[in-house]
Amino acid sequence: MKFYVRRITFYLVTLWAAISLNFFIPKLMPGNPADIFRENLLRQGGEITPAMEQTIQLLFGSPDDSLWEQYTRYWSNLLQWDLGVSTTKYPTPVTELLAEALPWTLVLVGTATVIAFVLGVGLGAWAGWKRGTWVDSLIPGSALLQSIPYFWLALVLVAVFSVNLGWFPIIGGYSAREFRAGPEMSWAFVSNAAFHAILPAATIVISSVGGWLIGMRNMMVATLSEDYVTTAEAKGLKPSRVFLTYATRNASLPSLAGFTITLGFVVAGSIVMEQVFSYPGIGKLMITAVTQKDFALMQGVFLVITLTVLAANFVMDIFYGLIDPRARQNV
Amino acid sequence: MTITAPLSSAEHAAYLAQQTPVLTATNVSVTYEVKPPVEAVKHVSLTLNRGEILGLAGESGCGKTTLAYGLNRLLKPPALLTSGSVTFHDESGEDIDVVALGDKQLRAFRWDKVSMVFQGAMNSLNPVISIRAQLHDIFTTHRPAMSRKEKEERSAELLQLVGVDPNRLGSFAHELSGGMRQRVMIAMALALSPQVMIMDEPTTALDVVVQRGILREIMRLRERFNFAVVFITHDLPLLLEISDRIAVMRAGEIVELDTAENILNAPQHEYTKKLLGSFPSLFGERGDFVRTGITETEVGK
Repeated sequence: MKFYVRRITFYLVTLWAAISLNFFIPKLMPGNPADIFRENLLRQGGEITPAMEQTIQLLFGSPDDSLWEQYTRYWSNLLQWDLGVSTTKYPTPVTELLAEALPWTLVLVGTATVIAFVLGVGLGAWAGWKRGTWVDSLIPGSALLQSIPYFWLALVLVAVFSVNLGWFPIIGGYSAREFRAGPEMSWAFVSNAAFHAILPAATIVISSVGGWLIGMRNMMVATLSEDYVTTAEAKGLKPSRVFLTYATRNASLPSLAGFTITLGFVVAGSIVMEQVFSYPGIGKLMITAVTQKDFALMQGVFLVITLTVLAANFVMDIFYGLIDPRARQNV
Repeated sequence: MTITAPLSSAEHAAYLAQQTPVLTATNVSVTYEVKPPVEAVKHVSLTLNRGEILGLAGESGCGKTTLAYGLNRLLKPPALLTSGSVTFHDESGEDIDVVALGDKQLRAFRWDKVSMVFQGAMNSLNPVISIRAQLHDIFTTHRPAMSRKEKEERSAELLQLVGVDPNRLGSFAHELSGGMRQRVMIAMALALSPQVMIMDEPTTALDVVVQRGILREIMRLRERFNFAVVFITHDLPLLLEISDRIAVMRAGEIVELDTAENILNAPQHEYTKKLLGSFPSLFGERGDFVRTGITETEVGK
């Protein structure tokens, strides 16, 4: 119990620090969101009237406010789930843009990452268990997959399966022609989105499964020579029991720790893939925000990334504590 | 290749005549299939009698552990049992040909008839599951009829037997000291009341005080449950103290096999003499402390 209380406290403090950094870092960057907004407006042929100037000050805060006042206002806005207004897609609130993009990334990249992990660790454990047999020939193949750059693989998949064979759609998260009104909750839409997700998901799975496989296989081979595995065999335990509880459970610990880190990057790590497939996720949103200097959106995206990293770490920490008693004690 | 029988004595033959064997290994050879192949155990024949302690002594790498693993068919590739037979003479009078057992029969045989205590006191327990789960594993596999309550009671009883607080059942390996871990391993080895226990350097990783405590425990338990022990160590003085018979192994062969008394007082093989001489005496002249390899044994004679 104490372990969990300590972990939760730790994460609360980290959360506070991360959110504060998310406030301060953009302040340190050159450029001022209010100025950029004015420039954008002027460039589009607008005119800054005194009323407009007042709106801008309301939106971005008065330049005369102290840092502390801005900081407290940031917090109070945040608690009301108000992250400001995007300047590129003015006047859409940032929260709305995030809420639109997040499910795409979470579902696609999250599922693909979990599939890659489970598949890789499962195959790796099996390959380790069957070491010295024909299964070893899986290793060079997975090393090759592991070393393929992921955007290149994405391009190849698009070229082969979408452009030449025409089996899968080339871009997008769903067919914009069939669903003009945007996403809706219907079976037709979900299956359409799933169909669009196959190639991007395949890219992620293919390019990361090899790493999990090799890492797990090597750990498995090392674990199988541990004394407790020999003891389990001498005890006459069923091979399935030795495989799962004695070998795999111990061998998967390093992979699980690695998975924690990977899960944290689910949201941030898909930028290239989303760009290649024009997928309407967080990664694409971030590129837009950064190239357009849309500060509010950038802050919002960073906040979401931070929160997902923390949440993923938290979940994996608790899970790790469940399967490794040593972690429960020593943290 | 000629097979030379180990050096022995008339007393040894007389001793053997009074005993009933529980495990007979005949002409066992084990080869590590590496390049070049290593013949780790060469045509070894050995008999273990009911209720006796057979010491297996020899330097590191002489094939002691390989031989012990061969007896229980625990060898993994590249090690391969190239020849020989191992027969277990069950209490019921049935003879079990260990080498011919199928996978399932072999699993049923292991631990039930022959249990083992391994070299690494620190690593023989699975770090991620509790002592309870590891003890229950044995019962679940070999005594499927036992209820949870019976398993729990038997586990507590076993820990008590080896002098560990039964409250420790819920502990994990990292929460126990080295000595306690080895006691737990011995408790596990006792779980099914086996007729033979193979102990592969069970006390090597422990300091002498804990070592003594554990050895006493083993001796006490053996008197109580009358299982036979194959005790493997490179510590010859220790064997002299606890075993009934000692086999001295060198380069994969048993060079001398005799009663502990004869090994101490009348060693025949050069290597045995050397081994005996390599341990310093606590008594005698200052010079005797030097490991000459000769003085000690000559004094012994």
